[in-house]
Amino acid sequence: MLTEALALSAVLFTIGVIGVLTRRNAIIVFMCVELMLNAVNLSFIAFSKLYGAAGQVFVIFVMTVAAAEAAVGLAIIISIFRHQESVNLKDINLLRG
Amino acid sequence: MPTEFLPLLYSFHFYLFGLIAVAGSIAFVTRKSPVAAALWLVVVMFCIAALYVMMDAQFVGVMQVLVYAGAIMVVFVFVVMLLNLGEPAAIADVRGKWGSLIAGFLGLALLAEIMALTRSPMDLRLIVPPVPVTVNSTGGIIGGVAGPLFREYLLAFELTSVLLLVAIAGAVVLGRKRNAN
Repeated sequence: MLTEALALSAVLFTIGVIGVLTRRNAIIVFMCVELMLNAVNLSFIAFSKLYGAAGQVFVIFVMTVAAAEAAVGLAIIISIFRHQESVNLKDINLLRG
Repeated sequence: MPTEFLPLLYSFHFYLFGLIAVAGSIAFVTRKSPVAAALWLVVVMFCIAALYVMMDAQFVGVMQVLVYAGAIMVVFVFVVMLLNLGEPAAIADVRGKWGSLIAGFLGLALLAEIMALTRSPMDLRLIVPPVPVTVNSTGGIIGGVAGPLFREYLLAFELTSVLLLVAIAGAVVLGRKRNAN
């Protein structure tokens, strides 16, 4: 099942990358990043069946970091929305030269 | 999960959940409405949790349902509700021709890379021999994860608690109204 799990993980990661590149809604881009994190977690779990429980410990760390990232990122999105009245990445171009 | 019993049933369910996960994630990136996208992502996360349980990581599967599907996605839906973005048809957010072209090219390149890697023989120095997984009989399922978490990775564990504290403080500061006294 290792090969199938790794292939599934790669496919999910690719779909996440495509979502990040094609969507302009900041919230959906953020959710695509979560999908990529999940794909990597899946390969960690697949390898933990062979190499011991350290992979599962890593997945727990990744989940913690993802939760912290979601909290801070969504707070940033809310604060940008207050400023710009939009979450479209097209409108967020303050640093464009 | 006893793989040696009922191997056909095991692989059937593995492929079933895998297919639902791929279909759900494709539906997730193509939905216009953020709420529909979030609910499709919840479907994907439940399928991944089922795969975790099938791959002998029951505790992580439970954490996946509780933390990801239960907490993080609820925060996302909550923020979507809070921002009140309007009609999904009105906020066309899919990038134009160039964005899709670049994304499709990158997706094809990644998939070709995976295919090439699976076909080519691997360098023997890169293959780590599998270590026999010792199951702690007294600790149960959680003991197998908690043992290394509180021994080898204790420092990282403590650092994540600092990270969570910083994240809480940061979210409060960023979410605060600017001119509130």
